[in-house]
Amino acid sequence: MRAAQFVNSLLLKEFVSAFFLAMRYFFSPKPTINYPFEKGPISPRFRGEHALRRYPNGEERCIACKLCEAICPAQAITIEAGPRQNDGTRRTVRYDIDMVKCIYCGFCQEACPVDAIVEGPNFEFATETREELYFNKDKLLANGDRWEREIAANLAADAPYR
Amino acid sequence: MANIKVDGQLIDVPDYFTLMQAAEAAGAEIPRFCYHERLSVAGNCRMCLVEVKGGPPKPQASCAMSVKDLRPGPNGEPPEMFTNTPMVKKAREGVMEFLLINHPLDCPICDQGGECDLQDQAMAYGVSGSRYIENKRAVEDKYLGPLVKTSMNRCIHCTRCVRFTTEVAGISEMGLVGRGEDAEITSYLERALSSELQGNVIDLCPVGALTSKPYAFQARPWELNKTESIDVMDAVGSNIRVDSRGREVMRFLPRVSDAINEEWISDKTRFVWDGLRSQRLDRPYVRKNGKLQASTWEEAFAAVAARLKKAGNKVGAIAGDLAAVEEMYAAKALLASLGSGMTDVRPPMSGIDPTMPRSAYVFNPTIAGIEEADAILIIGANPRLEASVLNARIRKAWRARNLPIAVIGERMDLTYPYEYLGEGFETLADLAAGNGAFAETFKKAERPLIIVGEGAVSHATLGKQVGRDVIALAAKLATSGDAIAEGWNGFAFLHNAASRVGGLDIGFVPHDGGVCSADQIALAGKGELDVLFLLGADEHDMSAMGKAFVVYIGTHGDAGAHRADVILPAAAYTEKSGTYVNTEGRVQMAARAVFPPGDAKEDWAIIRALSAVIGKPLPFNSLAQLRAAIYAEFPHLARIDAIEAGKVADVAKLARAATKTISAPFASPVTDFYLSNPIARASAIMGECAALAAGQRQAAE
Repeated sequence: MRAAQFVNSLLLKEFVSAFFLAMRYFFSPKPTINYPFEKGPISPRFRGEHALRRYPNGEERCIACKLCEAICPAQAITIEAGPRQNDGTRRTVRYDIDMVKCIYCGFCQEACPVDAIVEGPNFEFATETREELYFNKDKLLANGDRWEREIAANLAADAPYR
Repeated sequence: MANIKVDGQLIDVPDYFTLMQAAEAAGAEIPRFCYHERLSVAGNCRMCLVEVKGGPPKPQASCAMSVKDLRPGPNGEPPEMFTNTPMVKKAREGVMEFLLINHPLDCPICDQGGECDLQDQAMAYGVSGSRYIENKRAVEDKYLGPLVKTSMNRCIHCTRCVRFTTEVAGISEMGLVGRGEDAEITSYLERALSSELQGNVIDLCPVGALTSKPYAFQARPWELNKTESIDVMDAVGSNIRVDSRGREVMRFLPRVSDAINEEWISDKTRFVWDGLRSQRLDRPYVRKNGKLQASTWEEAFAAVAARLKKAGNKVGAIAGDLAAVEEMYAAKALLASLGSGMTDVRPPMSGIDPTMPRSAYVFNPTIAGIEEADAILIIGANPRLEASVLNARIRKAWRARNLPIAVIGERMDLTYPYEYLGEGFETLADLAAGNGAFAETFKKAERPLIIVGEGAVSHATLGKQVGRDVIALAAKLATSGDAIAEGWNGFAFLHNAASRVGGLDIGFVPHDGGVCSADQIALAGKGELDVLFLLGADEHDMSAMGKAFVVYIGTHGDAGAHRADVILPAAAYTEKSGTYVNTEGRVQMAARAVFPPGDAKEDWAIIRALSAVIGKPLPFNSLAQLRAAIYAEFPHLARIDAIEAGKVADVAKLARAATKTISAPFASPVTDFYLSNPIARASAIMGECAALAAGQRQAAE
């Protein structure tokens, strides 16, 4: 027992093995990425910033059914609905999400019967003030317009598994 | 009685029961769409199919087959029905699949979503998918007026709306045309429905084909707080449910109450909610240099107190149509502490004398009692406009037994035929003297019903004696028949404002030297009355009050608020817990659903606070203490939902009064159904309905 310990110490076994471990990592590819210039891959199911989508013809998808409001466990969504002026269809007059309350569970997009509210791939929406995180309908629709290509691609990628 | 086995359980039911009623008696649930217990049986949705033994071998519609239609077995075994066999399950699934063939799957945008019979029953009794791949049928939406919105693609042709409008509302303006796939519910001429009860088709519709137009897309049923309360739009006191979200009342729905409104409410009751949001008084106002200016409670109270100090006992109070018992009691106590008895809740120049017994001013036979009557005389009232739900009850009695109905007063459309006797007092006196064919009918009636309206009793120009004489003659008619049944009291006073009976019960009438409302206003005009309190009173002549200091305690910027020198903002009937006594004398309690807007306070609390400012604090600090004081003085008001029955002997005593009037015309005080109180006048929906109704009247003339 003592002899084995003596030999290990004499031959610097721990030092050598630690050295080789360090060398292995030294020559292996780097996992660190140069954020924000580089970004890691994310799943098509990633639940990031919310967006309200439109149909290809520009018509907003949301029909004010209020299912997302009802299912939201954090009660972050507030909707007021009414008939739209020009054609009397059911639309939201107010669609607010309190992104501070939101827990990004994704229930709203699961509940949505028309794929209007979605959680897009964007996770970089940190703000300087709290107020900027109270999203209203305009902000959400603008998000939808900005991210539509990515959102549509993600939905298409996930469609076979639904 | 007949024996029947329901799912193996032997029960004993009357033999006129339908299988559905028998199943309900046994506790078995049967889904249905077209069947409604207050409408005739149609049997066209087929959702209530059950399996029977002792009848035809195929599934039977349980709503249309009665227990006595089933034969007993060969050895006398009772007939059997089953509600849970594979045959029944298959039949229900088949019916549901057929119904959903043409029903659009637009639940997310449908207002009925969340409270839809079809949605619920599809979940409970349907299958998960449909085998139908063809196009669904499309039906054009119909125009039914400003209250009912249609979405005819969703219609499943249960015909509940058609049966309701023809049977209960008494208008033959809806029907089912075409057959099979071409069947459509229509109003024939694309004209607005002309009934005051049309809103009920929204509740009756088991799907979202008929929905509320003003409420369209406003809220979902799951976000609403439901408060059970009492309606004050008329003196019937319909039981309602107030649905509110946040600080706003979103809609009114009826509650089932067999004694009062069954399950119907009038359109004014149902759609008046937008009037609760507009024209509201939400802070105190004080008139300065001839202009009303927003103020604070302290300033407003100081202004009133300063005037009260100088006024001594030259103070009056008039209660409006929507005042609850609590504030009237508080106001009466306040005036008593000032030494004044000038309180009045009655319309101007009412014949109801403060000395008259209670049975002189309540609807003694009760509303449910209308169905027992065998002859009805309507004097100076238009029940269709003054109490629409009560009118539906009269129509129900007429449909059931075709009883003789006569009218003295204006000619009007009551939705049932009546014999028109004449237009005023002469006819009534003639009838009471026993002349004419209808007097004979009345003499022979066992349960005669005499409905006396405010239009016959309140004559602004002719004086109070006319009203007293009308009450005397009506009482004579009610008690002088030869065959009147034991315990029947046929004298029925029909009020048209929710505050009346409550105010009369607590003595909110001239006492201790006080004078009536018309005389108070006249005194004010002459400068002999210094301060006049208006408890939401808007139906009086505001220009005749002279230089009197008018304090308006109310909710809406209506006639009274325009005349007022100080406005104290109060709570509307959905915003306070208040006691109301309906025209039957039934004590009911309205509940608070939302809070009053802005600085507005509950009425009784305003009066209590004012009493403290003038240094004569009233002896109650809370609503509970106020109620305890009311109940101690008027014990019958503590018995919620009960009627303190009037005595027949009192009516007989009234009949002995000598009459002096010779001639007077009777006219209903409600000329515009949709605009009869400040809340309704503030409502845009009611305004639209009133304009439409005026147009229809013009077109008819």
